[in-house]
Amino acid sequence: MTRAINILTLVVLLAVFAVLVPYTGSFGILLSTRILVFAILAMSLDILLGYTGLASMGHAAYLGIGAYLAAILASKYHFGLDWTFWLVVVFGTLLGAAAAAFFGLFAIRATGVYFIMITLALSQCVWGLAYRWNSLTGGDNGINILRRPSVGIQLSNNVTFFYLVLAFFAASLLILYVLVRSPFGRSLKGIREREVRMGILGYNVWLHKYIAFVIAGGFGGLAGVLWAHTNGIVTPEDVNITTSVDALLVVVLGGAGTLVGSLIGSAVVLVLREYLSALVPWWQYVLGAVYVLTIFYLPTGLMGISKRIRQILAKSSKESVALLPSGPLGSRGC
Amino acid sequence: MDANFWIIQIFNGVSYGALLFLVGSGLSLIFGVMRIVNLAHGSYFILGGYIAISVIATTGSWVLSVPVAALAVAILGLLMERVFLRPLGFDPLRQVLLTVGFSFIFQQAALDIWGGNNMDIAPPAVLKNSILVGGVYLPAYRIFMIALAAAIGLVLWLFLEKTRIGAAVRATVDDAQMARGIGIDTNRISMFIFALGASLAAIGGVIGGAFLGIYPGLDFEVLPVAFAVVIIGGMGSLGGAAIGALLVGIADDFGRALFPELAYFSLYAPMVVMLAVKPTGLFGRD
Repeated sequence: MTRAINILTLVVLLAVFAVLVPYTGSFGILLSTRILVFAILAMSLDILLGYTGLASMGHAAYLGIGAYLAAILASKYHFGLDWTFWLVVVFGTLLGAAAAAFFGLFAIRATGVYFIMITLALSQCVWGLAYRWNSLTGGDNGINILRRPSVGIQLSNNVTFFYLVLAFFAASLLILYVLVRSPFGRSLKGIREREVRMGILGYNVWLHKYIAFVIAGGFGGLAGVLWAHTNGIVTPEDVNITTSVDALLVVVLGGAGTLVGSLIGSAVVLVLREYLSALVPWWQYVLGAVYVLTIFYLPTGLMGISKRIRQILAKSSKESVALLPSGPLGSRGC
Repeated sequence: MDANFWIIQIFNGVSYGALLFLVGSGLSLIFGVMRIVNLAHGSYFILGGYIAISVIATTGSWVLSVPVAALAVAILGLLMERVFLRPLGFDPLRQVLLTVGFSFIFQQAALDIWGGNNMDIAPPAVLKNSILVGGVYLPAYRIFMIALAAAIGLVLWLFLEKTRIGAAVRATVDDAQMARGIGIDTNRISMFIFALGASLAAIGGVIGGAFLGIYPGLDFEVLPVAFAVVIIGGMGSLGGAAIGALLVGIADDFGRALFPELAYFSLYAPMVVMLAVKPTGLFGRD
């Protein structure tokens, strides 16, 4: 029952968002589009961090792979600027997944801090290629995409493009929601909570993690294709550590293991990075403070606030001891 | 490509490795003793450089700038560790996000205080010459960097191997719980090592500032390279940090000279392989 209400609330909120955004001016529309794309990236990271307990510090790699694929095809081969855009979306997703399938062979065995380090190293490899392979990636200057695709409808119109991205966001959310509620998703949660026990129960822990890693890479690649066309330019900055860490913050700030929390987290971080930075020169203090305060005061993220309040209410009315679920940020060792 | 090319490349690689040793050894010790993944380590590096610039601007003394920068950053690191990292406990993800948050705050502070221009640290005139060694002219400053890193490395090694506190540090790296059990105050050891690591990074910033320059964004350029050093050498091992720094320094230099398009790839791919094959690095212990 509460689940139905939650889903209904979400649909209504997204609908209100969809109706209001076109009235926010070109800056607001573009910012909202970016928020949605980054939220897709963060949701894919949430599959790893929130549901499987894998803190990947290299998720920008997949954003970069998808984005560079779209940009290189568009600028060098004029491919993906008409109906073939849909093919690029598919290719970007597949290439992200393929990259994750390759990276996963190295990364999945590692745990805890070593997993953080190896995902960082892998994404730095991608960054290194983006930064130095001038003939392919344009080096430091990146690649400009001169115009957005026209797929029967003109995506160069920011409002139209916003609705397309919103549709991709909703579809990704739906698919990932079904995924985490499937038996496979439940096994992932089991691995997050007690990896050894899942192994003893006969689950192939490595394979579960690997598949989650590949799926996350695929959605990361999708986000990359959309990111390239949202911004019209792809640079090595899209692949650097800061982007990866921002994605982590977005998940944790929104609430790891909630999927939709990523949208809230993405909104907060991108509004700080792009709106506040245009207003005041000292915006990085705020961004830094958000990082620090999130870690200390919001272990379950913004989505966790309502849950906490509900638990406090339930506790006072029923006198029953309601324990907070141990999220991925709970006090577990590695 | 004659012999001189190879000599100069190896020399450049070794001198870059000397700089990386200063940054990497601190990061490695901090991780080894406290299991803290410190993403603010690059900030210590550039803050060291910036503070040195201010000291040189006010007193005119380059020699004075090194200890002042080291001390100031050590105090900063100490405060960060005591007030924020200690209450956090052991959770790599939270450490990562917290220290990144701090590095953003430091970035902004540096921008407010020193501005956004690329700044240079001028070393003393003596070090600006070139010295003829075996038919090749080598810049004196790079020779000085190698000598300084070797000296610091030697002092650190003697300290870790020959003194009582050094033994306590090694015991804490190997097994913190056991160390506490036999009466070592690991709390104070951690505090000390964090300050030491931060000051080593700051010295790196002063030394490296002379040929890298000091500019916004350098912190996040230095950081992943320092991690590569630590991972390849092995976290928590001084000898590992030295070997890792040399390997990364030389690999980076040859990468730039021989296949520039793959320069950074050739740096991080070995890091991936090392993590996959032997996560504890060449010299690390479980």
